[in-house]
Amino acid sequence: MSGFDLAVVLGAWYDFRDLNNLSRLITEWIADWGPDWLSSIVTGLLGSLGILAVIGPTLLVLIWVERKVIARFQQRYGPNRVGPKGLLQPVADAIKLILKEQLAPRAADKLIFFLPPVLIFVPGLLIWGVLPFGPRMSVADLNVGVLFLLAVSGTGVLVLFMAGWSSNNKYALFGAMRAVAMSISYEVPMVLALLTLVVFSGTMSVNGIVEWQQQEDVIFILLFPLSAIAFFFAASAELNRTPADISEAESEIVAGYHTEYSGMRFGLFYAVELGNTLVISAFIATFFLGGWWLWGLDQWVPSWIILLAKTGAVYFLLIWTRGTLPRLRIDQLMSFCWKALVPATLIFVAVAAVERTLLVTQGWDTTIALPIMAVINIALTLGAVMLFARLARSERLRRPARTTLVRDRVGGLAAAREVASQAGGGD
Amino acid sequence: MVLEQYSHLGILLLFAVLFPSIPLVASWAIYKFGLRPRLPNAVKGDTYECGVETEGPTWVQFNFRYYLVALIFVLFDVEVIFLFPLAVALDSLAVFGLVALLIFIGILGLGLAYEWRRQALEWR
Repeated sequence: MSGFDLAVVLGAWYDFRDLNNLSRLITEWIADWGPDWLSSIVTGLLGSLGILAVIGPTLLVLIWVERKVIARFQQRYGPNRVGPKGLLQPVADAIKLILKEQLAPRAADKLIFFLPPVLIFVPGLLIWGVLPFGPRMSVADLNVGVLFLLAVSGTGVLVLFMAGWSSNNKYALFGAMRAVAMSISYEVPMVLALLTLVVFSGTMSVNGIVEWQQQEDVIFILLFPLSAIAFFFAASAELNRTPADISEAESEIVAGYHTEYSGMRFGLFYAVELGNTLVISAFIATFFLGGWWLWGLDQWVPSWIILLAKTGAVYFLLIWTRGTLPRLRIDQLMSFCWKALVPATLIFVAVAAVERTLLVTQGWDTTIALPIMAVINIALTLGAVMLFARLARSERLRRPARTTLVRDRVGGLAAAREVASQAGGGD
Repeated sequence: MVLEQYSHLGILLLFAVLFPSIPLVASWAIYKFGLRPRLPNAVKGDTYECGVETEGPTWVQFNFRYYLVALIFVLFDVEVIFLFPLAVALDSLAVFGLVALLIFIGILGLGLAYEWRRQALEWR
């Protein structure tokens, strides 16, 4: 390209189907006169700014959406005072939080106390980088995108623990401990669910998985429904959302790991929860619902609008589970993870491997073989869910696991008092 | 080419740190302009415990079960990561790869069954 032609750039800008055209034009223009590293840096800058331009306003709207939808589930009005339909409520909240005094407990470990509100954003924002918004629209199309996603999202737990530990508050420490235990447990079914997709599509690139779905005209939720369900539950546990929000259970431990944070620092913790939910919904949409692709509709509608629509649908599903289900106990959550999700996803990895090898070695026609495999896998999933439902009904499994209490010992509390008084001490 | 992609992520990382810093810096600037209060006193600096004064140190020994869960997680995660390269190479390895993968998953399953049997998965 000879020069920076404004008309061409504007033309590309209006071609909303693929925003990559714009960035490519600019980088090619820079490559004409500038060094190589400059065009690379500009590409990264454009991508990062684009992502932030999407996330910033979306977070503000999401605060309103989440509160409004939850309110509808609970037969309330939700925010409806500030602005039309309460739309300006998030702005008012942000102004209030910014103007509030920021307290820090005397006993806190100061440096580590101040870092988490900023650091907690990093994993959530960094994994946006490997999310493909279109055929060529991702900040970094890594060939190990799935591993990058798992590795980076796993580090979020460290920041939660930093927040809980440095607050020097027992509630915060309990919350952090619970968050760590739960997040690392649900990491395993999450990894295994993604491993199913990697085995079957034969690629670790996120965009590669989407392209595989496009090529074979099938979405992964039909082929591997159990992995989709497991990933959904594991994700909602990783995000500390209600059925699995024991790490910030108000009725037990105040606000969990962010009990001691106030003002804008608390606001950041609140915002990151929604931001992470958004990015995980986007990844669920990408892995299991086909991402930017929708049976040829992506020829007419911009691919990133398709992705955002699917993301919105998954997000609504997450709000739905939050608005419907009560909070589970920690022993229920842990046993559901280790005794139900992990074995089931592990078996499905084997199933996927067998099916993939059959497909490759036998040279079957995928248009016939894939629907048959989908039917088999759906039947297996239904069987697994019904088996779980049958087991979960058993009275013995529903009882909470507890250490033996004094009153359960022989003679009960009275005997214990007797022993105590004979030993000379009161009770 | 791949390294270039990582450089994009490096720039994104920079923005990921800057983005949440903006509201904090804004809040600090508002304090400098005198719009935001900062009046610390002894009560505000206390550890929050629903109005009761906190008793004893916070950083105490914790229940062993959390450690056990972490231990099981590390074992599982490290083993599962080994499956990723095998999964990508499954097409070229064909039946040999499949058998290797199934044996590996079998070993993982055995480990899980052993932990289950020894009640390491119970939350008590």
